[in-house]
Amino acid sequence: MSDSSDLLVFFLHFLMLSFLAVGGFSAVLPEMHRFMVENHHWISSQDFAAAYAIAQLAPGPNAMYVTLLGWKAGGWAGAIAATVAMLAPVATITIWAARMHTRNPDAPFAQALRRGLAPVALGLFLAGAWILVNSINTGWHGYILTLVAIVVVLRTKLNPLWFLATGALAGMAGFV
Amino acid sequence: MQQLPAQNEKVSALTFFISSSRIALTSFGSPPFWARRELVERKRWLDDREFLEYMALGQLLPGPNVLNLLVMVGHRLAGWAGAVAAIAGFMGWPFLIVISLGMLHQRYGAIPMVHDAIVGMSAVAAGLLVATGVKMAMTLPRHWHPWLCGVLAFIGVGILRLPLVAVLGVLAPYSVYAAWKGKW
Repeated sequence: MSDSSDLLVFFLHFLMLSFLAVGGFSAVLPEMHRFMVENHHWISSQDFAAAYAIAQLAPGPNAMYVTLLGWKAGGWAGAIAATVAMLAPVATITIWAARMHTRNPDAPFAQALRRGLAPVALGLFLAGAWILVNSINTGWHGYILTLVAIVVVLRTKLNPLWFLATGALAGMAGFV
Repeated sequence: MQQLPAQNEKVSALTFFISSSRIALTSFGSPPFWARRELVERKRWLDDREFLEYMALGQLLPGPNVLNLLVMVGHRLAGWAGAVAAIAGFMGWPFLIVISLGMLHQRYGAIPMVHDAIVGMSAVAAGLLVATGVKMAMTLPRHWHPWLCGVLAFIGVGILRLPLVAVLGVLAPYSVYAAWKGKW
């Protein structure tokens, strides 16, 4: 991005996208790629992919790739613009929902809403996990590692950071 | 204070900021796993069913799902200050870390050994995510209705890769209607 009008265009577009990001920011990833790489040539497709991979490494929400895209395209100003755009729905819609919920958690409709949405959200959650498992693992070694992690997590109370470290070692040893 | 005591316990915003920070800083790959561990297992602010219900709301509101969850739980436990503490704790640290990683990556590029370690870690992180989903599924009512809705949502988005909006548009109203009518 070369000037502040670019930054404004970038901010407004990301602001719109973040209100559409129902179910997480992976849903709007293709649209962000089209906007930043194909339409505006702010970053290369390789840089876009790298930003996504690096953000998965950082702790915190998966959506942090949005911050990194902003940083790659426009430095600190870009990073802040992207993050503020990402937080806008949370600061408005979620806080409003939280207020309604705290005031009247036992209203019959609120209860039906939560009970009804819970299984659908769980299905979507597992669908996301499934897509992630398939996008990471290219060979059967990776699937085995994933499967072992699932079983061990369900059977033990160990701190999972140990499992992640083990996974990193297995990767370095050339297992995956 | 017009705040209803939805929970007997009162939690300070600082306590919630620390918990949110802990969740953010341990969340490699699967924030819901770490959020459940902190809120349900360690602090016992929520039980498993409440956690799933907040996850469901967090998933359906726009924005990062665990951030939505933490903002709602923070608001319930500590009011407005709790909601702000959730945003600061859960987004502040990752913001700084992700940019630091971007700088490191720009300078050192992709070293093969680092790349391999990342792939191994990602495979395990995906397993954590699946295990969290399985744990939450255990708390669903033993009734075919919710299970059918969950399975259809999984197949629609995960296997058939239908657009999210279409799947939600059909399943969410139906499922809420069935719950409203007391089908389960």
